[in-house]
Amino acid sequence: MAAYLFGFLALAAIVVSLLGISRARRVRTSQAEKVHSRPIYHGLNAAIWTGVPAFVFLILWLTGQNAIVDMIVMGSYPGADALSGAQRSLVLSEIRQVANGNNFREPSPQILAAVAHLQSLEMLARWAMVALVAALVTVGAFFGLKVIESRYRARHSVERSITIFMLFSSLVAILTTLGIVGSLVYEAAQFFARVPLTEFLFGLRWEPQIALRADQVAGQGAFGAIPVFFGTFVISALAMLVAVPTGILSAIYLTEYSGARFRAVVKPLLEILAGIPTVVYGFFAVLTVAPAVRSLGLTIGVEAAPNSALAAGAVMGVMLIPFISSLSDDAFAAVPRAMRDGSYALGSTKGETIRKVLLPAALPGIVGGVLLALSRAIGETMIVVMAAGLIAKMTLNPFDAVTTVTVQIVTLLIGDSEFDNPKTLAAFALGLMLFIITLGLNLIALRTVRKYREKY
Amino acid sequence: MNVLTEVAVEKKLNPMTKESNIKMRGKDVTVHYGEKQALFAVNLDIPERQVTALIGPSGCGKSTFLRCLNRMNDTIDSARVGGNITLDGEDIYDPKIDVVELRARVGMVFQKPNPFPKSIYENVAYGPRIHGLTRNKAELDEVVESSLKKAALWSEVKDRLQESGTGLSGGQQQRLCIARAIAVSPEVILMDEPCSALDPIATAKVEELIDELRANYTIIIVTHSMQQAARVSQRTAMFHLGYLVEEGATDKMFTNPDDKRTQDYITGRFG
Amino acid sequence: MTAVTFPAVVINWGSDEMAARRKRRYAADRRLQIYGMIAIAFALGFLAILIGTLTFTGYRAFTQSVVTFELDLSKAEIDRSDVMGADWRGIVRGALREKVPELPRSSERAYFAMFTSSAQFLVRDQVIRNPALLDGVARFSVPLSDPLDQLAKGQVDRDTPESQRRVTDRQIEFYEQLSAAGAISKPFNWGLFFNSDSRFPELAGLAGAISGSFWALLVCFLISFPIGIAAAIYLEEFAPKNRFTDLIEININNLAAVPSVVFGLLGLAVFLGWFGLPRSVPLVGGMVLALMTLPTIIIVTRASLTSVPSSIREAALGIGASKTEAIFHHILPLSMPTIMTGTIIGLAQALGETAPLLLIGMNAFITSPPAGVLEASTALPTQIYIWADSPERGFVARTSAAILVLLGFLILMNAIAIFLRQRFERRW
Repeated sequence: MAAYLFGFLALAAIVVSLLGISRARRVRTSQAEKVHSRPIYHGLNAAIWTGVPAFVFLILWLTGQNAIVDMIVMGSYPGADALSGAQRSLVLSEIRQVANGNNFREPSPQILAAVAHLQSLEMLARWAMVALVAALVTVGAFFGLKVIESRYRARHSVERSITIFMLFSSLVAILTTLGIVGSLVYEAAQFFARVPLTEFLFGLRWEPQIALRADQVAGQGAFGAIPVFFGTFVISALAMLVAVPTGILSAIYLTEYSGARFRAVVKPLLEILAGIPTVVYGFFAVLTVAPAVRSLGLTIGVEAAPNSALAAGAVMGVMLIPFISSLSDDAFAAVPRAMRDGSYALGSTKGETIRKVLLPAALPGIVGGVLLALSRAIGETMIVVMAAGLIAKMTLNPFDAVTTVTVQIVTLLIGDSEFDNPKTLAAFALGLMLFIITLGLNLIALRTVRKYREKY
Repeated sequence: MNVLTEVAVEKKLNPMTKESNIKMRGKDVTVHYGEKQALFAVNLDIPERQVTALIGPSGCGKSTFLRCLNRMNDTIDSARVGGNITLDGEDIYDPKIDVVELRARVGMVFQKPNPFPKSIYENVAYGPRIHGLTRNKAELDEVVESSLKKAALWSEVKDRLQESGTGLSGGQQQRLCIARAIAVSPEVILMDEPCSALDPIATAKVEELIDELRANYTIIIVTHSMQQAARVSQRTAMFHLGYLVEEGATDKMFTNPDDKRTQDYITGRFG
Repeated sequence: MTAVTFPAVVINWGSDEMAARRKRRYAADRRLQIYGMIAIAFALGFLAILIGTLTFTGYRAFTQSVVTFELDLSKAEIDRSDVMGADWRGIVRGALREKVPELPRSSERAYFAMFTSSAQFLVRDQVIRNPALLDGVARFSVPLSDPLDQLAKGQVDRDTPESQRRVTDRQIEFYEQLSAAGAISKPFNWGLFFNSDSRFPELAGLAGAISGSFWALLVCFLISFPIGIAAAIYLEEFAPKNRFTDLIEININNLAAVPSVVFGLLGLAVFLGWFGLPRSVPLVGGMVLALMTLPTIIIVTRASLTSVPSSIREAALGIGASKTEAIFHHILPLSMPTIMTGTIIGLAQALGETAPLLLIGMNAFITSPPAGVLEASTALPTQIYIWADSPERGFVARTSAAILVLLGFLILMNAIAIFLRQRFERRW
């Protein structure tokens, strides 16, 4: 239904704009006076009047309709006032399920009555929506066409609309951030209403699955996030151990030693590593790297878990190599040529120039890049979801399995979207922590890099 | 064996009175940057312990020639150097010659002061460290101190040796770069318009310093300023469009040049 | 300044000690160079092993072993008015039984387990699509079941004890018999592209995932492209320089670095939770991906707008165009190739995103391709995730094959972007 309405809006806008253009042409030929705007602007103006208010209305209607219908349905549901919030949503979801034709058990008469109520309301809402959209289109088109006359400043009006659209567009970024912060804080607050904040921040046991049983919801230390963050730290550290030296050394080789042709071939090849989707790395980690780590463990006499931290960390490290390499590359390139010349003129070798002059000079830029890479490692999801463990364990042994924040978020939320369950809400609390940590790292990193750029 | 050998200065205390030895000699030196030829068969002798000024309008090849003398052109991929340049009779483009050693013997100071983003001490100590010229901290301290003294900077920085070299004023930075070059005890110092980024007072100090350094070092200076060439140099070479136009004693060049182009340049008709 | 005279210091550069030192210094230089080469070799070697392994495990899934049999449907008892309701199981089994003339009853189970369990439906659907088949003898091909497919592709070691492999000795005998009769072949596996997901590896294909990804990317493009460009133009050309626009700028840079899983949480809480949009649909997936792609498009657009020389803007303004006209008639068209290049690269990133799609439920088990943006579906990366998690052997090869398909799409998109850049991008 809604799709047809959107199509109708587009069609109406096109038709009205054509009408507007021809009307403006007629005005231009019939009057001696100079017309302010070209016909195309009159047409666009009329189209904006026709389409935009109805479009905005339609979007608002569609986002609001369900909530309002639910409210009315529950308003007339017998005994609704006595129900708790959780029970209300349970009843509502049953009504919706039955209305969609999926009844798993025999619905009660109250439910059936509510379903009938819901269906009639929805029918009403649908026709009301159609009628209102049609009315808005008609009024808009009438007004848009009526204003066409020689002195009307259609171009200004169109340009103002465009500017408003552009302003709105640039607010989307802010709205997204607000949406992220708002939803995370809101859901996390519900979580912290059930599990104390101190428990979450300092607890040493993370066993969210236990909370499925009603009598063990909280207060048993099952939601202590320390081990989860510890695991994240272990895997990120392993990843950085692989990525930092490899990335910096390859940047050194590419900027200082290699010929232009080698660089032109190898640099894009390295960039491919950054373009491979993380789910591919995850599969590769499970398929190839984890067994390799296991056999490595056997040769040195260590029993390696099938989903060892080392496998996930190493693969993540490889993923980050091009990231660190290209940021180091930029940092080296930003060191003025005069530094190199000064060093060479004193008779230093290339290696000495790199180690004693370029590296210290480029260090802030490199550190910024490493911090950005660390933030990526902490937020990386698919590799660890596929290759790391599920059990939160405090161990520094890279052959053992640990779990991470992102793994927990995904496993807690997959296939289960009940919002009043501490298990699901815990994912949002973890998400909030993750957001804060990565945001902090990014801000520090960007500041470091910017400060360093200002220096040269 | 002692790496540092001090010898008394007796031979050439006054270079103006005696005929000087030839320290460096360029024979038919040509330079190409890619397809473009920047220098055409330049023949120039550099006398020991004198200041030789290379003058000429922009793009005339004087800096290019200077950069050939310590093979700094090697760091530019497209540059090719032809002909023959000797240092004490040895061909410096001979494959047997070690470029690291050559650059230590032929130091260079650049147009823009380019101290490393390290402390003043570390800037000066850098060269002796990489070349292993000192055996302990005390010796290194001594080299740093004497280099800074020779560069007439010691009194200004002796209390803040650990501060960053980039925090000094422009003139101080340039003298720091000179101290850095002196610290490896070069035989020749190349200076590529060392005063062009400095104010007049700093320029005067650096010029004074150049005059003092000539007692111990052979100095070749590229300069844009006729007055500077006249003030600090004993010999002058005039370049134009990649050719060496004329060279000779500075007095003669500025009073009675042979070539019309030199005369026009000195009197300011082009440049 | 007093003139200080110093004794000249002469360094004996030719001494053995100095020569040895220089040798050590050059060795250190060479070592650093070798470390750099090792680092690059490590990274490129990993890339080669990654691609090599995926190709090696994945290429097998591009063929599918099938058994071909003839069926005379004119003799079968089929009610023409109810083709659907005929005993297709019996008909197909009868035809398959004929392939092995003395099939003992005790081996029937093992024998029929050799073929895909949906064989009767495949034949039935083929007949319904082409009723002319009812009138005579026709040849049908149905896939072998996964274990037999593995056997046909040489993936089963016949020397392992029978109890430890999924193919029995009896089945191997039957297979050899069918194979000798020329009934087994391995044609190109079109099903990989035209089937949707299935619990049975031999039937599972990517049609649903590819169309799900297509719809999601379409939504992503329709939202992020106009909004991204509009936001960039506003910030670059119209916005006053004040603290608010600074805030927007910082915001955009930070959004580009927010972990993708957090966007998934946003989609789950806001689009599904508050707006009540349905789970698992490409519309929501596309909206989440659009929010992630937006910063990329804004940053690219701003960079390309600034690269247009101001002389062009001044020329337009000079002949009386309004600021909006100057931007939309001149500057934006000139920047378009760069913007398109950046957008395609952004969409390619979005195509590979997995975590946010998992959180909004696009990892559901769905057996038909979505017809629009409001039907539940998977996407290519989530399909890879689902298959990677499946225990059947056949899914390993199919996961690799799906990855190769995904990488193929990514290479295609990047190639288009590179082509656009080289063909149309201006250097000012």
